[in-house]
Amino acid sequence: MYRETQIINSGHTILSAGGDLGGAADGGELVINVGPQHPATHGVLHLVITLQGETIQKIEPHLGYIHRSIEKMCESLSYRQFIYVTSRMDYLSAHINNHACALCVEKGLQLEIPPRARVIRVLMDELTRIASHELWWGAMAMDLGAFTPFFYAFRERETINDIMEETCGARLTMNYMVPGGVMYDIHPNFQKRVKDFIQLFNNKIDEYDDLVTGNIIFQNRTKGVGVLTKEDAISFGCTGPVGRGSGVPCDIRKLYPYEVYDKVSFDEIIETGGDSYARYLVRIKEMRQSIRIVEQLIDNIPDGEFQAKTKAVLKLPKGEFYSRVETARGELGVYIVSEGGTTPYRIKFRSPGFSNLSALDHISRGSKIGDLMAIMGTLDLVIPDIDR
Amino acid sequence: MFSLEHITNSIQQWLYSTFNPTMALILECTIVMLLAIGLFAVLGLVLVLMERKVAARMQIRLGPNRVGPRGMLQTAADTLKLMMKEGLTPNGADKFLFNLAPFIVMIAAMLILAPIAFAKGFQIWDINIGVLYVSAVSSVSVIGILMAGWASNNKYSLLGAMRSGAQIVSYELSAGLSIISIVVLAGSLQISDIIASQQTGWWLFRGHIPAVIAFVIFIIAVTAETNRAPFDLAEAESELTAGFHTEYSGMKFALFFLAEYINIFIVCAIGATLFLGGWMPLHIGHWEGFNHIMDYIPSSVWFLGKTFFLIFLIMWFRWTFPRLRVDQLLSLEWKYLLPISMFNLLLITLIAIMGWHF
Repeated sequence: MYRETQIINSGHTILSAGGDLGGAADGGELVINVGPQHPATHGVLHLVITLQGETIQKIEPHLGYIHRSIEKMCESLSYRQFIYVTSRMDYLSAHINNHACALCVEKGLQLEIPPRARVIRVLMDELTRIASHELWWGAMAMDLGAFTPFFYAFRERETINDIMEETCGARLTMNYMVPGGVMYDIHPNFQKRVKDFIQLFNNKIDEYDDLVTGNIIFQNRTKGVGVLTKEDAISFGCTGPVGRGSGVPCDIRKLYPYEVYDKVSFDEIIETGGDSYARYLVRIKEMRQSIRIVEQLIDNIPDGEFQAKTKAVLKLPKGEFYSRVETARGELGVYIVSEGGTTPYRIKFRSPGFSNLSALDHISRGSKIGDLMAIMGTLDLVIPDIDR
Repeated sequence: MFSLEHITNSIQQWLYSTFNPTMALILECTIVMLLAIGLFAVLGLVLVLMERKVAARMQIRLGPNRVGPRGMLQTAADTLKLMMKEGLTPNGADKFLFNLAPFIVMIAAMLILAPIAFAKGFQIWDINIGVLYVSAVSSVSVIGILMAGWASNNKYSLLGAMRSGAQIVSYELSAGLSIISIVVLAGSLQISDIIASQQTGWWLFRGHIPAVIAFVIFIIAVTAETNRAPFDLAEAESELTAGFHTEYSGMKFALFFLAEYINIFIVCAIGATLFLGGWMPLHIGHWEGFNHIMDYIPSSVWFLGKTFFLIFLIMWFRWTFPRLRVDQLLSLEWKYLLPISMFNLLLITLIAIMGWHF
């Protein structure tokens, strides 16, 4: 209903994507549709942008193009099954989404997770985070008009995907989590290949800085663009690299450590600039921290079971359960209401992308269209995560 | 020594001895026209393939390698595909201007070809204001781009055309000033004179640092003028989908695409002519033996070698740099390049007057 009114109020031209010059509103404003099919939105995000010349007056995100009612679907799936639907939310950190759900179910069952499973989970989380940031780095550079970094990023990302494929059997949506541990033990080659990857990555990450970070055009395009102040970041609920780029310490791995994050040493990256460049730096530095975590854990995978003994049919006790993890994009919260049955009564996900998107209008006003690409790139929007 | 000059001369003699002068002139024009169109087709095929191979090399991949030997027929296959595609005209478009625009861009590109010397004595029209003619005609293509953007009746296209207009008009100034600095050194606007003045050495080396500055500014300005990354704001794929040619398809799109590559070739040819001595071989001072060996390389090879080196430079930029923002693009021109090139022109004039160049 809301959307329909909006469309009627702003005139029929909103529906024809960029198609009609008759859409010029009062005062020489131009209403332009970015998306749902547009190279910079990386998915089916629809932004209705009011322009004055090239300057953005207002951005109105229209959501729902990829809404699959995942939360509702989860209500009819068992506690073992619903975990894998969440791979399709933020498909770039699929493993971390699964992790959040598994943690929530385990909290309800009060399961004790074997130490081996904990370490494997964290290793996979961090590898996923690196893979996700790699893709973001390439896509961000592509948004700003540099095509080549994309291929460089994919070169390293492929290595991670191959490691995942060997152990989990899949490359993107791994579905490796089960309540109580992980589905299979790691592949015999896993440790060797991860060590090879660490070596490869340490050589290549400096290349990223040479190619993009130090580039004067890139710095001009991102510095002072889309400034999100600390207060705004808190009030919009921005988490992850977006929040930390604005100086908000919001790393769940530090604030509410889960699994073995309290036993490994890594730094929470905080930049105070709040602009696109700060958000960029946070992610680049986070990749180095993730590698640090992997380096610490890869030789110290404890022996033992990779899965706790669980019943065939899981039943959560009556009550409400909440767990949160740090995905590549920010804080993912999973809220389960149980009536004591085999399926959840109600599930709600608090996805980082939705909150980060809500800041888009605020920080883009007064910028140029070109800036919008830098801002959207550093917000790192994954549309299925926003729409669910 | 092999030279195209002998071939052209003998053809002309044969034509004028066989036919009456009017008929011979018409025949000559036809031959030149066919050659120009043939050159365009070949350049389009070669440059597109070259771009894809260069891009592939920089992006650690192979590039086209399936159609023909080492993928050499890939662009021919693409052209065939584009020719068979339907050329759509949007309903709301101004049909006449929409269909006219690609031809204006293409014709402007073709016209600039006239005064370029491809080899010793191999030039279509050695007009005495050659350099002025080139800078005048090259600004015509912006009309085609604006026309395409406006007639498409698409907001993205309009924004792209608007950017393109501002960009080409601005960068024309720096490009023009860099060209003038060489005109000052050479003392002539005629292309053949400018090349002849570089008999003893190329202006890039003979004009001290100011000539190098002029060359760098020229390369930056023509990259912007041909709408190539990092100045491809008119197309800006990730911002404006494809800018002014969003609505074009099939052969009409192919004309824009071809014109882009022809324009790159032309500006690089001009750059090679002005700064790198055109078809003049590389001569170093009194190294007689070395100079003699260099003379044995045909002049067309020298010209094409220099031109393709510059083309490679421009392609290298495209696959390395991110895109500038529209206000940064304009401030780069008006705040940095234009004042620098004006001051540089003064320096070069001083050098030319005092005869300080080598």
